[in-house]
Amino acid sequence: MIALKLAIRNLTGAKLRTFLNAAVLSFAFVVLVFYMGLLDGWNRQSKLDMEAWEIGEGQLWSKSYDPFDPYSLQDAHSIILTSYNSEIDRGNITPILLVQGSIYRQGTLINIIISGIEPKQRLLKIPSRVLKSESKEVPAIIGSRFAKVNGIKKGDYVQIRWRDKNGTFDALDVEICNIFKTNVSTVDNNRIWIPIKRLQEMSGLLKEATILVTSNPNIDMPPTDWIFRDKKYLEKEIDNIIFAKKRGSIVVTILLLSIGLLAIFDTQVLSIFRRQKEIGTYIALGMTRMEVVKLFTLEGSIHSIFALILATIYGLPLLAIIASTGIPMPSAVDEMGVSIGEKIFPYYEIGVLIVSVLIMVLAATTVSYFPSRRIGRLNPIDALKGKIK
Amino acid sequence: MKLKNHGLSNLLIKRPIIAITLIVLILQCGFIFGQSADDILSKVDLNLSSNNRVFESTMNIIGRRGSRFIKSKTYAEGYKKSFTEYLYPPGDKGTKMLKLEDHLWIYSPSTDRTIQISGHLLRQSLMGSDLSYEEMMEDRKLTEMYKVNIEKKEEIFGRRCYVLYLEAKVEDVAYFTQRMWVDVERFVPLKQELYSKSGKLLKWMKSEKIQKTGERWFPMKVIYKDVMKEGDGTEFEITDIKFNQYITPSIFSKASLKK
Repeated sequence: MIALKLAIRNLTGAKLRTFLNAAVLSFAFVVLVFYMGLLDGWNRQSKLDMEAWEIGEGQLWSKSYDPFDPYSLQDAHSIILTSYNSEIDRGNITPILLVQGSIYRQGTLINIIISGIEPKQRLLKIPSRVLKSESKEVPAIIGSRFAKVNGIKKGDYVQIRWRDKNGTFDALDVEICNIFKTNVSTVDNNRIWIPIKRLQEMSGLLKEATILVTSNPNIDMPPTDWIFRDKKYLEKEIDNIIFAKKRGSIVVTILLLSIGLLAIFDTQVLSIFRRQKEIGTYIALGMTRMEVVKLFTLEGSIHSIFALILATIYGLPLLAIIASTGIPMPSAVDEMGVSIGEKIFPYYEIGVLIVSVLIMVLAATTVSYFPSRRIGRLNPIDALKGKIK
Repeated sequence: MKLKNHGLSNLLIKRPIIAITLIVLILQCGFIFGQSADDILSKVDLNLSSNNRVFESTMNIIGRRGSRFIKSKTYAEGYKKSFTEYLYPPGDKGTKMLKLEDHLWIYSPSTDRTIQISGHLLRQSLMGSDLSYEEMMEDRKLTEMYKVNIEKKEEIFGRRCYVLYLEAKVEDVAYFTQRMWVDVERFVPLKQELYSKSGKLLKWMKSEKIQKTGERWFPMKVIYKDVMKEGDGTEFEITDIKFNQYITPSIFSKASLKK
């Protein structure tokens, strides 16, 4: 208790030096918490968007479907089981048929995936209801990024080309009747959405689909033609990206903490040199060497406590404001095919906060202890005379 | 018969101009319809198809940003076996492609690796050109794939042609319908228009440098143009061709890719 009182008194006496150390450390802490929050926010937001726009509560894939192998897409379709029809009617399953195709913009061929979706579905946020059309023209919807890149506007007619199940070319003009905005690039980039029935007729794949999106994660085990992919499997890609980012963030964390800890280390070394007589007096008055080491280590640790208090004073409101307003993301990031919103709203998990606090306090204590060990080897007479080399 | 001859001779004497016109018309009709559409297409097949062929060719892809020139040598047997080696440009030299049935293997000398690609790649553009791998490598007989009608006769590129309308009779064809201008004397298509199932024009081809090679007439240069694609199309020119040659069977094996 005496050590604690002495440590606090010594630190408050040092005024500006203590403040500067605490300020540097608090800055490192705030940036660390913000960075971790940003990654968690991105992760959370991406998963929510993916669930709403693309994966639902899981998907059934046609046996040959592999989203990373475009050449297998031609064979990736299976008959929709009649047992699923009632679930489809109730809106609990949304069938999607994918067929490779192409469009031409300014004389350049662009490979696309013609995606057939049920117009009346409500499971996904894709605005398919506008595809309910009785006219002969095939209505189509596209994402805003695809529209922007290719200069397509609402009301435009676009000629799409595809090959039917036998490999015969076919072409058709579709009317773009809506352009939707989504954060999920996989439902936007190079995708044209049309009614599934039309696509089934066009491709000759009657009553077939590539994917069945479901709202029921415990759907009956499918027969051999369909494979169930749960959310964990479907979100693996985003999990891997976030994991890689978090691993990368270790470097940033170490750098930030090093700046703060270096200041504490420097202060400790300087203190031992400048406070030789004080150390000698403590020992002369009856404190053991280890108690003096403890006192100096405690002083270093208390820097981190002061830093936490300081971080709470300015960091808490700052992080709260950022969490509510979000961080705008450059458009180039999502053009790379990564699911990301226009803004990322950081999400601070209590577990991450506790771990960050513990790391900082432990690190501050450790860097304070090492220079203080020297005190244990001091001769109190030399210390009193200020003769430490 | 006697009466008919008598009538015709009477007409010849009394109305010689009408009679001659009638005879010419009858002869012309016989010439047009005497050649049935199937016969014409069979003759086209005889000219274009062969059991096997070995040819050297150049391909000039004239795109929006300039042109690319590719030189290759191809060995083909029927329409299921084909082996092509690229000779130019230096960057592609030594690249080899082997097609057996619906499988395609591409060997790249720079990586010393062979990649096997599913049959769907055969439908993709060949090195950015206006023709696909299957168009380049296939030699399936038109009579096997299409039923045909004669639409009319007209002159293009200074040659009299039958205009044939071809409609697929089998399911696995790339183009459901075609319109083909066939030289009435040489039975070589001078122009082809390729249509989608819904009747949209997708591609056209023009044949030039029609040469007599042995017993057959053969177009040594074909210009392919995807109607939607910018640029002047792809010029495919055969610099040397030999039909029905003996081709060592080992050519059509994967081992030949690394030789």
